[in-house]
Amino acid sequence: MVELCGLELAHPIINGSGTFDAIAARRAFGEQLLERFPFAAFVSKTVTLTPREGNPPPRLWELAGGLINSIGLPNKGLAGFLAEDLPQLAELPVPVIVNVMGFSRQEVAELVQACSARPEVAALELNVSCPNVETGLVMGADPDELARLLARVRPLTDKPLIVKLTPNASDVVAVARAAQDAGASALSLINTLRGMALDPRSGEPWLGGVTGGVSGPAVRAVALAQVHAVCGAVQLPVIGMGGVQRGRDALDLIRAGARAVAVGTESFRDPAAGDRVAAELELLSASADGAQLVSPQPF
Amino acid sequence: MTAPLGRRGARITARERYGAYVVLRCADADGPTPAAGQFYMLSCAAGWGGGEGERPFLPRAFSVLRACPASAPLELEFLVEDVGPGTRRLSELLPGEELLLTGPFGAGFRPPHRGRRPLLVGGGVGLAPLAIWQDQLGPDTTALLGFRDAMHAPGAELMSAPRVATEDGSAGHRGLVTELLAAELEADPQAEVYACGPPAMLEAIRALCAELELPAQLALESGMACGFGACFGCVVPTREGYVRLCLEGPVLDAHLLETAAVAGAGH
Ligand SMILES: Cc1cc2nc3c(=O)[nH]c(=O)nc-3n(C[C@H](O)[C@H](O)[C@H](O)COP(=O)(O)OP(=O)(O)OC[C@H]3O[C@@H](n4cnc5c(N)ncnc54)[C@H](O)[C@@H]3O)c2cc1C
Ligand SMILES: Cc1cc2nc3c(=O)[nH]c(=O)nc-3n(C[C@H](O)[C@H](O)[C@H](O)COP(=O)(O)O)c2cc1C
Ligand code: FES
Repeated sequence: MVELCGLELAHPIINGSGTFDAIAARRAFGEQLLERFPFAAFVSKTVTLTPREGNPPPRLWELAGGLINSIGLPNKGLAGFLAEDLPQLAELPVPVIVNVMGFSRQEVAELVQACSARPEVAALELNVSCPNVETGLVMGADPDELARLLARVRPLTDKPLIVKLTPNASDVVAVARAAQDAGASALSLINTLRGMALDPRSGEPWLGGVTGGVSGPAVRAVALAQVHAVCGAVQLPVIGMGGVQRGRDALDLIRAGARAVAVGTESFRDPAAGDRVAAELELLSASADGAQLVSPQPF
Repeated sequence: MTAPLGRRGARITARERYGAYVVLRCADADGPTPAAGQFYMLSCAAGWGGGEGERPFLPRAFSVLRACPASAPLELEFLVEDVGPGTRRLSELLPGEELLLTGPFGAGFRPPHRGRRPLLVGGGVGLAPLAIWQDQLGPDTTALLGFRDAMHAPGAELMSAPRVATEDGSAGHRGLVTELLAAELEADPQAEVYACGPPAMLEAIRALCAELELPAQLALESGMACGFGACFGCVVPTREGYVRLCLEGPVLDAHLLETAAVAGAGH
């Protein structure tokens, strides 16, 4: 059992927002998904106030050990999510964490208030990787901007408020401290790193959104360094993520100070990756010298 | 047909060359029998990565070419054309080596409307989903196949009595398979077209069927990372907005599409 800001988790492995759609997965895998749900909590894809179509394709570019995505946060919008998706997510055998993003403090406030009012929601995660259209500042890239956001929304809910930090900030530790001081319940990191690819034939940007976010094992070392730095600076529980493929990678993030670990991109390669990483982690943690035990999983 | 949760191993039991194509046969002991038009995400248990650009990293989407449910365990066949690091590595697999797979995923072909005669049209490696569909519809089902050249034309051996077009005239009609289709539709306006192939071919077929007001089901391609709706990477534009091709497709009704020329698809 793991305790994460009041949530009781059966094990430390959850999913990264936007990397597992439990409703789509239930269509693809049927009811066994509920019997063997791969994560100890389910984090929704980012929900915005109004519906979004997402970016024009192509949306994916494969890298050595990872990918760049420019998905563009497609979603039904708050009303659609609450009416159609949340009741289905409530059937999952694990707590539901709703990830939200707004383009102004007012938008985030509306999202937090509406989601918090729903009993199906165990906790909220704030995606602060986008610019505040009123100030032009990326909410999670600037400590003062983030402090002002949390000052506005923290009083609106008694539920745990997890702040998902962006790695595209000049001083992630300063942002983490600001989140702690402003009443965040936990931090999660890392989100994707900004990246881009050119079409080898035309030389033009490949991705419909021009730039995108890099994820997967290619960012694992960056994630470890940022989790290590943040855990050294704040007392809040941290959800570590970035390139986790095996129990070994999860153990590293836990040793760097993380309370829980999220699996993202690896679920694309193996839909049961969360389950496998949790089992490998348990084996490693149980062995006297965890460092010696490495899963045979090829990369 | 829903897929087992998680990635599983499948041993290669046979590998055969048909010109530029490789057919891989594998034993899928734990898998269900797929429907025609469904697909799997494939990777190799060993040596996945380290090719061109240090790729592949993600699994690759493959239509099931044929399923042999009579064999125990279930055997699946896939048709592979080497167009990049992933398909290269897969086409090198030898009997005894292990494939990793997830699936079957997606929505396959639907039976023809009442009174309509199914007509299968494939371009190159796009014949794959049509072969299993012809197995189910019956060997007399008309199939029109287009290939680039003499290297690719042996793919025609994978279907029953196809009419063939090659761009270089090395086999069958010299020209495009869409020319065979146009002639066929003129003779039989009661057809329902099932097609899979490169984006330009599918778009020509979509436009032709729209003009003749014929129903058509198109098996499309797009870049996929997961195959089960997790990444939102595979969307194609439809008249109802973007849809995830791995969930709503890969077979889509042509009238849903303004164009079948999907950005980033093909090679
Ligand atoms: C539903 C479905 C069914 C399919 N069925 C079959 C089948 O039965 N048989 C078959 O042979 N193929 C099939 N395909 C196509 C097959 O999945 C692709 O050919 C394969 O993914 C190519 O991978 P690769 O590594 O060989 O080449 P890549 O180099 O990955 O892909 C070739 C094309 O992808 C783009 N590309 C190049 N580099 C990158 C990069 N770094 N990141 C992203 N895109 C890049 C370019 O357009 C390039 O021309 C199917 C595809 C889908 C979606
Ligand atoms: C395709 C894709 C979509 C994502 N969508 C979201 C999202 O909607 N909201 C969010 O906060 N993070 C999103 N992320 C970031 C992941 O949750 C995670 O922080 C990041 O991918 C690093 O973990 P990984 O390397 O294990 O994937 C997305 C990542 C990917 C690859
Ligand atoms: S391939 Fe990931 S959503 Fe379709």
